[in-house]
Amino acid sequence: MSSSGALPIAIVVMLALNAYAVLAGADFGGGVWDLFAAGRNRDLQRRLIADAMSPVWEANHVWIILVVVLLFTCFPPVFARFAIVLHVPVTLMLIGIVLRGSAFIFRSYESRGDEVQRRWGRLFAVASLITPLLLGTIVGAVASGKVTAPVEGAGFVANYVAPWATPFAFAVGGFALCLFGFLAAVYLTLEAKEPDLREDFRRRALVSGVAVLASAGIALLFSLRKSGAPLMGHGLTEARHALPVQVSVAVAAITAMVALWFRRFVLARVAAVAQVSLILWGWALSQYPYLIPPDLTIQATVAPWVTIRLVLVALGAGAVVLVPSLWYLFRVFKSR
Amino acid sequence: MPDLLAARSQMAISLAFHIVFAMIGIAMPVLMVLAERRWIKTGDPVALDLAKRWSKGTAILFAVGAVSGTVLSFELGLLWPRFMEFAGPIIGMPFSLEGFAFFTEAIFLGIYLYGWNRIPPRAHLLAGVLVAVSGALSAVFVVIANAWMNYPTGLVMDAGRVVSFDPLAAMATPAAFPQALHMLLAAYAATGLAVAGVHALFLLRRPDQAFHRRALGLALLVGAPAAVLLPVSGDINGRFLAEYQPAKLAAAESLFETQTRAPLLIGGLPDGDEKKVRFGIEIPGGLSLLAFHDLDAEVTGLDRIPRELWPPLTVAHVSFQVMIGLGSFLALVSVWAGWTVFRRRDLARQRWLLRALVLAAPMGFIATEAGWFLTEVGRQPWIINGVMKTRDAVTPMPGLIVPLLGFTLLYVLLSIGVTWVLYRQIVRSPVGVEGTSL
Repeated sequence: MSSSGALPIAIVVMLALNAYAVLAGADFGGGVWDLFAAGRNRDLQRRLIADAMSPVWEANHVWIILVVVLLFTCFPPVFARFAIVLHVPVTLMLIGIVLRGSAFIFRSYESRGDEVQRRWGRLFAVASLITPLLLGTIVGAVASGKVTAPVEGAGFVANYVAPWATPFAFAVGGFALCLFGFLAAVYLTLEAKEPDLREDFRRRALVSGVAVLASAGIALLFSLRKSGAPLMGHGLTEARHALPVQVSVAVAAITAMVALWFRRFVLARVAAVAQVSLILWGWALSQYPYLIPPDLTIQATVAPWVTIRLVLVALGAGAVVLVPSLWYLFRVFKSR
Repeated sequence: MPDLLAARSQMAISLAFHIVFAMIGIAMPVLMVLAERRWIKTGDPVALDLAKRWSKGTAILFAVGAVSGTVLSFELGLLWPRFMEFAGPIIGMPFSLEGFAFFTEAIFLGIYLYGWNRIPPRAHLLAGVLVAVSGALSAVFVVIANAWMNYPTGLVMDAGRVVSFDPLAAMATPAAFPQALHMLLAAYAATGLAVAGVHALFLLRRPDQAFHRRALGLALLVGAPAAVLLPVSGDINGRFLAEYQPAKLAAAESLFETQTRAPLLIGGLPDGDEKKVRFGIEIPGGLSLLAFHDLDAEVTGLDRIPRELWPPLTVAHVSFQVMIGLGSFLALVSVWAGWTVFRRRDLARQRWLLRALVLAAPMGFIATEAGWFLTEVGRQPWIINGVMKTRDAVTPMPGLIVPLLGFTLLYVLLSIGVTWVLYRQIVRSPVGVEGTSL
């Protein structure tokens, strides 16, 4: 197998995952705030979330499909390992994705305001809460280095449950949930037209910003334990790139919180996106050169050059179509 | 239940569920765009009302199609990791292109559904056209990947092992054109005639409602020509099978012996042990004629195929019969409707035609399901024809009955949910006296 082109493709996979996190992640976060809608403006909060999500959530969702397709095309052993060992949490996440999307669209087109519509809303909100937990758990499992090839005779639990049912993976699940909630609240401060509503989401953004910090601390603690995520713990604390990554995440996080405090909402959004992106890239750096530690590296699992070359061409051509289309979508619905 | 059977059943249920929404996602945008174009050209408020109502239905059904399609993209690996590990680099190309087509579809559908008052009418119409075009392209790309499984090209094999491969040659499989053409026509025919059937039901009660009259005309404009062309694309597929996938055709027709002037079998149940068919009617030379356009051509029978490589005979044969029977009915009804229009008769007052259209409404989808059963079951025991067996592709994880039951339950509940929402929102919502209020 030739290894050229492996790194650029791996970077594109991470970029797509990054886009999924900051776009679709916020849609999940929106569902969480729908669940926790409270106070005088409860119905207005829900309306704002739905209006913000409606035109874009399906496009945002496609990023995860791009990740999957690139993985099985360009790093086939990685996709096979992922799908075999993480079958259970991936299946649960898919059920969450199906219920979240269907319930959201069913509620949108139920315009009667009756009990049926409220039930769809509840289902949408609960699925929005559970899906990021599972997504984070899956990422945590990969980072922990426990997603190893099944051993014959080792039993179902050892092969298919133990790799992801760890305190560290669950902690990452909680961290992902807090991050998505934080992103959504920050974005919604900009979506809200009424000052009242904006304050609602500013408070939520500040609270979830603190929750992000707390859950990050918990995940970090678990990662440092021997049973946690040794590679990642090392990458986050001791490796050469550890300090710059940590410092830049901290700067982004502090900037976001300070900007929220002083109601500089555009700056807060930029900083929140930077924060989430830096966390993802920090994770990627900490486990480089592995796609699935402890054994599947980028170079060892990449598909032959004949495939990679074509995928690079397709990505280039696809970007020519995709970038202006996405720009237009967000200009129509998100420009102020 | 053995794990292999559970995995195959889960894949079948997921595909069978998704394909309905995928087809609607391909064809409904064409209907909305036609209605909107008529509104822009004529200023007819009924056409605008129609475009908006159809786009509501599209929004609901597209979303379910998008999430169930996501499940499938993961399931390829969850259920068949060895297949994907082998085939990913070879057929990843059409999947990647499909990814981009699906992206533009989702982007412009968002713009179309929520941009009515935000962008100029022409830009809005163009967004709808882009949804329709990218929907058709996604279908073509996905079907190309499936076509390669039926007739894998671009592989250099040595003693059963792949030495090298060429993804572009894989995309150029001769199965791609017949399958993609048939699938696209099926999507337009099934969806167009299903929509026509719904509006025909309303016209049977009150033939003077402008809303439903306009809807019936546009739906037939999309559905009827496609339904008339389906037997043609079906013929192309039949000839492809005769040449490239003889085992599938032999199973579909329960042809046990290779023969010239092979008969066409109508009805009947095959018995693999006795190597004969019960209760069937045979039309002498019919199969030779269909497969090679020559009454005396030799058609390969199951005797040329080792017994352990036979596809399940009953499923293949029954699916084939259902597809052809229902497809023929759709084509006939479409010709009838075309004839009525040609004679300048009022479609909305032809009560027997309206009844036939109501009857035809679900048939296109049932026929497509049957067609896919033939395509997939008829390829067994192979997942990649002649290259990899389905049993060698399945995940090593035991207990696959559990996700099978889980997804079955999920899809049953979702089907009830979709039907309920559509019924409440589309069918029962009031249409004014002139059919224009909303």
